[in-house]
Amino acid sequence: MTTHTLRSKRRRSALRTLAFLSPWLIGFSVFFAYPLISTVYFSFMKYDGFRPPEFNGLDNWTYVFNDYPMFWPALRNTLWLVLVMVTCRVAFGLGIGLLITKVKTGTGIFRTLFYLPYLAPPVAATLSFVFLLNPGTGPVNTALESVGLSPPTWFTDPAWSKPALTLLAIWGIGDLMVIFMAALLDVPKEQYEAAQLDGASAWQQFRFVTLPNISPIVLFAVVTGVIATMQYYTQPLVAAKVASGNMGGSGQIFEPGYPEKSTLTLPQTIFNAGFQRFDYGAAAVVALVLFALAMAFTSLLMRRRGGLIRMGD
Amino acid sequence: MSIRTRKSAAALATTAALALFATACTGSNEETANDDPKAETTLTFWHGWSAPSEVKAIQKNIERFEAAHKNIKVKVVSNMTDDKVNQALRAGGSKAPDVVSSFSTTNVGKFCATRAFTDLTPFLEKSGIDPAKVFHKPLLDYTRFDGNQCSLPLLSDAYGLYYNKDAFAKAGIKAPPKTWSEFEKVAQQLTEAKGDSYEQLGFMPNYHGYETTISHYVPQWSPTYFDAEGKSNIAKDPAFSRMMTFQKNLVDKLGGYGKLKKYRNTFGDEWGAKHPFHTGQVAMQLDGEWRLGMAKDAGVKFGIGTAPLPVPDDQVADYGKGYLSGTILGIASTSKKQNAAWELVKFMTTDTDAVVAFSNDIRNVPSTIEALKSPGLKHAPEFQTFIDIAQHPKSNTSPANVDGGAYHTTLQDVGLRYESGQLKDLQAGLEKAARQIDTDIAKLK
Repeated sequence: MTTHTLRSKRRRSALRTLAFLSPWLIGFSVFFAYPLISTVYFSFMKYDGFRPPEFNGLDNWTYVFNDYPMFWPALRNTLWLVLVMVTCRVAFGLGIGLLITKVKTGTGIFRTLFYLPYLAPPVAATLSFVFLLNPGTGPVNTALESVGLSPPTWFTDPAWSKPALTLLAIWGIGDLMVIFMAALLDVPKEQYEAAQLDGASAWQQFRFVTLPNISPIVLFAVVTGVIATMQYYTQPLVAAKVASGNMGGSGQIFEPGYPEKSTLTLPQTIFNAGFQRFDYGAAAVVALVLFALAMAFTSLLMRRRGGLIRMGD
Repeated sequence: MSIRTRKSAAALATTAALALFATACTGSNEETANDDPKAETTLTFWHGWSAPSEVKAIQKNIERFEAAHKNIKVKVVSNMTDDKVNQALRAGGSKAPDVVSSFSTTNVGKFCATRAFTDLTPFLEKSGIDPAKVFHKPLLDYTRFDGNQCSLPLLSDAYGLYYNKDAFAKAGIKAPPKTWSEFEKVAQQLTEAKGDSYEQLGFMPNYHGYETTISHYVPQWSPTYFDAEGKSNIAKDPAFSRMMTFQKNLVDKLGGYGKLKKYRNTFGDEWGAKHPFHTGQVAMQLDGEWRLGMAKDAGVKFGIGTAPLPVPDDQVADYGKGYLSGTILGIASTSKKQNAAWELVKFMTTDTDAVVAFSNDIRNVPSTIEALKSPGLKHAPEFQTFIDIAQHPKSNTSPANVDGGAYHTTLQDVGLRYESGQLKDLQAGLEKAARQIDTDIAKLK
């Protein structure tokens, strides 16, 4: 084979590879690389979306970290939600999945009951929860009061607004429950039988048989949960708008976070900076912080794995 | 060139191309007003009204315009939110609007400063219209910024006091209060307890009681939001601290923040039939002129009284004034049909018959001086209160600013923390908020 033939064969092979890769390459460039590079670019620009961008060095960065009043509350809330909401969702998803796999009769009914709330659109689900947890008229507080308890004011109290959002997230646990059920049903039965012969208790069976077998699924639930929670936007915004009673009438403006910035999240802050304050530069900085945090969390979880995945998994 | 160098160069070129592409996509606001307004053309008009009766009212107005301008057709797009408007004004393009109306007067400062809306001054001059003779000053204040009249008022909103006449009669109150100290007494007189809540609350003073925002309360104290240098004046002008102190005292006298907040949670939606004024849960309400029609539509069982909001005891001479706001109308600077667009804007905002007819249909206050006096207005007698407020020489508005509505929310944050008792030192809170407002504005200027 001549050198020329070899070269043209290699070129054809390279072109074929590129052709197969092109859908991904186009998607990657349009939906990831371009937005990311643009965001970095705009984070150093003074830009309001109308006038041409103007280089302003580190002004946007110093403004966001030192002067933008919504950034630090949003960051604290987002971290709180990542820690508490993700933990609760994984724990409840796994718990309910375990319970349903143990149920002998009516499994289908329970599966449907727990899965249905997940199908509710986020806005409708949030509106229902604001109604249910309404401190004055909601059935939850009426029930709590009827048994002599002093109920919280949920979405209108900064101390209770995030727990209320967590309850809403737990209510829509259906997706995780289904994934965990599939994983739990895949655990080899002989391992349980062996553990039972060895006299292992229910907890020991869970700890030493169930958990190691489903650990990749737990890791998957945690990583996707962290990413989804870092993008948390609709539910806190709808809850804040409805609970505050400020729907943004003539001459009014609604800034997210009610009450007292307690439901403010980083994605909402990006919207506020970019589309309410017309400051794309600051919005780009917050977006990059969010991106860095998501990357850091994900790589930390994937590298350390928290002992969740054994070698060879 | 080595393979590594070539790869680096390619990566650099790609990055540069993407960056340039990003820059190119930012759009430009080229002003073009060379079109012939007599030529056959179609304008795209975006507005935010969504209720069937409102959409019908705007359609009727457009039909009146088309009848008077046979060469111009108008494609009307309803239910446009401010977010969509902002995006369209940024992007331009063939489907972008030529004429835009917005409910958010708070965004006018940005629309004018960035030239997203075309300056209408040359069009006004060309048509021989002196805006100061057509509109009252507050309406011009919220439709212009820094000398740029980039929008015009399309009907306005006047804020006043609604009261339950039956509750007043039952409590032996003869007339609506004129001063805030009278108001405080009346609000307490009208309040009836029920367990640890209320059978009827005289007035819901909390800032999240729908329209009871600082920007709607404080005009009664004649505030100056910014000084001559454009710096925030909220810590220096006593109007703000006096207003907030009054409101906090009222909150305490009516039962305290926690109790009121809990009661507020029993209220229906602001725009629905179960509004607390409609249901009798509150006997007085700070609200815009639209509440009258909404209350009547809801079939309330009591007599509805309207009056201007009270004034401070030492400013009784100013009684009758109120806060003014409204819908604004502008021409997108990306429009290539600006002369034709001006014909539509001119018709909708300055033609007395059009303004009167639209006011009758939408049940908002007319925006021109001539329309406010028109015998053609067909509103209920109680509506006259709002027409009077709109004409009162001391009525005022919130000034447009480059930060959109951010200065309002910064101020509102102080109010929320003060009314709830978290902020003890009001003056310190206002000073900190003023610094924040100045920082935000400096960042955007």
